Amino acid sequence: MKAWLRWLILALFAIYFFGPLLSMLDFSTKKNGGGRTGAAWKALVTDEQVRHAIVQSLLLCVATVVLMLVLLVPTMVWVRLRLPRLRRLIEFLCLLPLTIPALVIVVGINGVYAWVNYFFGYSPLVLTFAYVVLVLPYSYRALDASLSSIDVTTLAEAARSLGAGWFTVIVRVVAPNLGAGILSAAFISVALVLGEFTFASLLNYQTLPVVIDLFGKSDSHVSVAASLGTIVFASLLLLLLSFAGRRSRGPKGV
Amino acid sequence: MSTSGKGPVGVEFVDLHRHFGTVRGLDGLSLAIEPGELVCLLGPSGCGKTTALRIVAGLDHPTSGEVLVGGKDVTGVPTNKRDMGMVFQAYSLFPHLSAADNVAFGLKLRGLGARERRKRAYEMLELVGLSVHADRYPHQLSGGQQQRVALARALAFQPSVLLLDEPLSALDAKVRVQLRDEIRRVQLEVGTTTLFVTHDQEEALAISDRVGVMNAGRLEQLAAPAELYSSPASQFVAEFVGLTNRVPAQARDGRAIVLGDQEVPALAGSVAGDGLALIRPEAIAVEPDEQGTATVTQLSFRGPITQVHCELGGSELLVQMASAEAQQLTLGGRVRLVIAPAPVLVVPA
Repeated sequence: MKAWLRWLILALFAIYFFGPLLSMLDFSTKKNGGGRTGAAWKALVTDEQVRHAIVQSLLLCVATVVLMLVLLVPTMVWVRLRLPRLRRLIEFLCLLPLTIPALVIVVGINGVYAWVNYFFGYSPLVLTFAYVVLVLPYSYRALDASLSSIDVTTLAEAARSLGAGWFTVIVRVVAPNLGAGILSAAFISVALVLGEFTFASLLNYQTLPVVIDLFGKSDSHVSVAASLGTIVFASLLLLLLSFAGRRSRGPKGV
Repeated sequence: MSTSGKGPVGVEFVDLHRHFGTVRGLDGLSLAIEPGELVCLLGPSGCGKTTALRIVAGLDHPTSGEVLVGGKDVTGVPTNKRDMGMVFQAYSLFPHLSAADNVAFGLKLRGLGARERRKRAYEMLELVGLSVHADRYPHQLSGGQQQRVALARALAFQPSVLLLDEPLSALDAKVRVQLRDEIRRVQLEVGTTTLFVTHDQEEALAISDRVGVMNAGRLEQLAAPAELYSSPASQFVAEFVGLTNRVPAQARDGRAIVLGDQEVPALAGSVAGDGLALIRPEAIAVEPDEQGTATVTQLSFRGPITQVHCELGGSELLVQMASAEAQQLTLGGRVRLVIAPAPVLVVPA
């Protein structure tokens, strides 16, 4: 392929991807009546409602990732090692949320959440339970690919023969070798949680996407600034993922 | 150097059965390994040798029967409590740990301090000639080096028994020979009771104190390599270990008559009457003779030895002889075959 053609294609893609982002940046810094202002971006930090939503969404990301990893990693390793016959069933269950529309799930769990709020208090953080289900298909795929790339059975048997119990096998032998998969699952989950609107809105929780939507009706500059901030944050995470994945087998001592 | 401060222990299989549905992986395996001994289980794929080893390791469980280590029944003891080092067929080093950390892994689980672990890991790597690569990661080591580190790791915590599950099968021929000799050297040095599983007869004969030949879940014969080769207990052993000619014979009163009029001793277990004598290629001498009844059909030079194919009465015999002696033979030349007076096994025709 000729060099100029390559550059042309690259330029077209750059315009396609960065054009809207630059337009958002332009809009979020435009002052009514002309000129530039950083007021909308400042509001992300100073406006109590926006700041609270950002903090809640970030906490949701952390809680979702932690709960997802705690549930999924040991389960998948255990199924691989001890219950291989259940692998297809686990895969089916994990991929199921992909086939059910979010709206249907929300309607289904609406009643359950009355109880969740009763037990855990009214906080957006209770969405963690629903979000773990939501991110399962993507996290499962990432972890499954990572598990398939190593000989889990032999590593586990070697560790067992050296005197390791099952907890040690999972935590100190298998998990450190799933670095790339764990990072992928975590970052994809963060990206999903940061962009999730349907669950939060219909269950009446004030997460960042819900607040962005609210501000879109009253102060669209802040709304666009928050949207752009979320996109940039998620993009940086994915960029980090591609680098971290390559270095996930770094030195670790015993 | 003896790594086994506890002293070597014996291992005993008592009537082990392992059924996989209707398939009998092990069918009444009984075997005793003396303390400090290296025993090879040899046999074709599916004969049950790996199943037996995995049962000793606790990675598989027998349908019935017992495994005794040092006289104690360990059949129900979990793998991580069995105090056995194991080297696997597949590369099993932990990819996220250096060679030294891999070797130190079992020591850390046993509560050794960092300095002691490091010292011990270097000692073990020194034993397998890899102390200079202590800080390398598995992906920076060759296959042979990885298996050496795996051996060091398996021995580092001074196990009572060492188990080797075809540890050389993933390596190329030259490295296999080097490493098998090294395994034997290390085993003799540390004195650990060792069970080695392989399908490679040359490997088994070269390093073992005794070799157990397995077939269909059963032990056909357990004997020292030389005895196994010269006095096979069954047709399966004779044909599986080494090359064998099947020569028509008549057996009676502990003697067998082969090639018309040559009489040799018959091994215990031989059938009486007409049968086939199983004769090793090197037990036949070939002499050029215009009046001879055999014809040379092929000469295959193998360095110090030459394989000679002879046609006799419609059947083909394989003879192995020194290359210097084989120079006097010519393709198509008439020869006389002389059977060495070593005992042969006569099986039903």
